Amino acid sequence: MSTVPNQTEPDHSASARQIDSRHSIGKLFEFACWASTWVSLIVLLVLLASVGYQATGWLSWRFVTSLDGVKVQEAGLLAGLVGSFWLVSITALMSVPLGVGAAIYLEEYAKPTLFTRFIRLNIANLAGVPSIVYGILGFTLFVRMFGLPKATYAVSLGFTTFSLQLPLGRSIIAGAMTLTLLSLPVVIIAAQEALRSVPASVRHASYALGASKWQTIWFQVLPAAIPGILTGVILAMSRAIGESAPIAVLGAATYIGYVPGKFKSLSEVVTQPQKLAAAPFDQFTAVPLQIYNWVNEPKQEYQYVAAAGIVVLLAVLLLLNGSAIFIRQHFQKKIRW
Amino acid sequence: MQTFGQLASSPSAASGSRLEQLAAALPKFETRGMNFFYGTHQALFDISLKVPQKSVTALIGPSGCGKSTYLRTLNRMNDIIEHTRVMGPVLLDGKEIYSPDVDVVSLRKRVGMVFQKSTPFPKSIFDNVAYGPRIHGNRNRQSLVEIVEKCLRQAALWEEVKDRLKDSAMALSGGQQQRLCIARALATSPEVLLMDEPASALDPASTSRVEDLIIELKQNYTIIIVTHNMQQAARISEWTAFFCQGRLVEFGLTKQLFTNPVQKETEDYITGRFG
Repeated sequence: MSTVPNQTEPDHSASARQIDSRHSIGKLFEFACWASTWVSLIVLLVLLASVGYQATGWLSWRFVTSLDGVKVQEAGLLAGLVGSFWLVSITALMSVPLGVGAAIYLEEYAKPTLFTRFIRLNIANLAGVPSIVYGILGFTLFVRMFGLPKATYAVSLGFTTFSLQLPLGRSIIAGAMTLTLLSLPVVIIAAQEALRSVPASVRHASYALGASKWQTIWFQVLPAAIPGILTGVILAMSRAIGESAPIAVLGAATYIGYVPGKFKSLSEVVTQPQKLAAAPFDQFTAVPLQIYNWVNEPKQEYQYVAAAGIVVLLAVLLLLNGSAIFIRQHFQKKIRW
Repeated sequence: MQTFGQLASSPSAASGSRLEQLAAALPKFETRGMNFFYGTHQALFDISLKVPQKSVTALIGPSGCGKSTYLRTLNRMNDIIEHTRVMGPVLLDGKEIYSPDVDVVSLRKRVGMVFQKSTPFPKSIFDNVAYGPRIHGNRNRQSLVEIVEKCLRQAALWEEVKDRLKDSAMALSGGQQQRLCIARALATSPEVLLMDEPASALDPASTSRVEDLIIELKQNYTIIIVTHNMQQAARISEWTAFFCQGRLVEFGLTKQLFTNPVQKETEDYITGRFG
């Protein structure tokens, strides 16, 4: 057998070797992908575990529901939580209509000229600008308003009148405007993508029925794009709620003895609703800023307080993302291509 | 070339049937020497055609011959595409539809369209049909309910969907979706229905339902249908226009055109397809 020269034998083993090596490369590739998944997962788990471990004993209902005190035992997150809530609400109220409006203009109306291409490119660039730059911009633009002399205006809302001070100073509204600048590019880009993914056939069918351009956009394109737009909004708002740098630059207080609107208790929201209108113009602090402040305290116990704050922030983020995903799913169910 | 164009622009003179002349006297649509451009590319050359009313006119011809482009000039759907240009009159009931005082919205309300691929909106069956009347200002719930039922009945879909009007239209089968699109087009009470290969993506059973529907609808509507299926053209249309390379080669009664075509090209195309 071995003495008979066989032409096919070496060829066969060569191709078998080739297949073997392809198999092993395939295995290696799969392992590399598996490893990268687990590395990131393990890092996350270690982070969560260490933060959770440090926070035990410090994370309590009292911690979440009381204002910050002077002693470590009196540390509280309420001012930051309410401040962050106000910030994100106003940011969403401003950045969603502005961002979606801009995206609709760029996608549906703007002619593809050199100028609109320039704008598109710049929006993509703006999404990558460090947040502290936005903080500095917001400080000049909204907090100081280029050094405008202070003045107070009486603004009537019908049911109540409150005084509006310009420049806006270190107020929630100035912070929210800054965060709006920060999140606008993300919202615009996501909304553009979502609008682009609506099939042209839907637009054509609508036009063919005699719908005008705005009817087609408003009744067909926009509803079909909502799930995609929401995804972008969630991402942008999650980023905004976790930002500390621009808020710190704006000069938000790290310690503050009241919640925005200076409410003493929850029942005052009902009994003195006029305070709600004044709240956006109050000084404020935010959760990430309080955490940052605690981390910088020399006392060891404040590290645990900070950890407790981080756990609360993560929980809020999870809640925000979870509810947003739920809403998106709800919309998506109605839309099937 | 010149003589060919002249021939093509006077097809009725070429076949000269009495019936044909009668119908041509009262055309729903008329184009006279119409040219169409995508940018610098000319897609239609010197199209003169009178589409008779309340009948089915089939537009046939090889792919890329311009029949779909011609169809879309009739409800100005080509306006959506950038850098397109129509030259020469396009008349609906004798009125130029490309004149500046014509509102595209009201034109498309009068001239409905059904596409090759069924394109239901990602909404409920009811909202799909009610969309047309709604955008034209009908806010009366009762009247919308009536319109939806009437149009779904006309489109022979009512019995299949009457219990699930609130369900998503995307859940319907391909054939049902296409009939829904026809119902939706009928809901604006148009005078003309333009159909761009409405049955080409459907199975034989659904195709025959859509064909029956078209025959049914021609009592009240002027229907212009683009089709690649010559048997279909022969089955459902009274009139046929044969397009080739952006030119109208021949137009006449379907029976006549299929059995006794005047132009050599028409004969080649028809016999080639029939084998």
